[in-house]
Amino acid sequence: MQLARVIGTVVATMKNESLVGRKLLVVQSLNKDLRPQGKPLVAVDSVGAGVGELVFWCRGKEASFPFKREDTPTDCTIVGIVDSDAHVFNGSKK
Amino acid sequence: MIIARIIGTVVASQKDARLEGRKLLIVRPINVDGSDTTAYVVAVDTVGAGFHERVLVVAGSSARLAQGMKDAPVDAAIVGVIDTVDVKE
Repeated sequence: MQLARVIGTVVATMKNESLVGRKLLVVQSLNKDLRPQGKPLVAVDSVGAGVGELVFWCRGKEASFPFKREDTPTDCTIVGIVDSDAHVFNGSKK
Repeated sequence: MIIARIIGTVVASQKDARLEGRKLLIVRPINVDGSDTTAYVVAVDTVGAGFHERVLVVAGSSARLAQGMKDAPVDAAIVGVIDTVDVKE
């Protein structure tokens, strides 16, 4: 799982039936210092996250586990909302 | 999932039986601002997307979970046609 910031939304009317009713968000992965790292991705939301929030997401087949796991085609799902940036403790910080 | 633009089609007469009747498209991953990258992926279409449309592409084993793709040998599937992307940075 990785930390990311929700930076936008995606609207797709025509989609695979198994994704109907799911919220799609654009997430920017962050490194341990909460700075952007890599390219933004589109993630399915399973927890009710919104734009600007700090979240964590999981990738791969496990991303479909929050939903009907054999039927939901997602490789990137938001599985938790971090309470605030201050709640991320970085071991290397003194 | 990544955002991609459809840039071409693939025709393959001889293929795995579980891919028969499936549309194969060449898609190019794009950035959220709409600019192109240089990569490309061949993806199976599950929604009826058309040329030049922006689509959502699922990669890896999750591509098999798209409707109608059960047990098919696929690692990239188009699962949605994008209407809008709204990004606030």
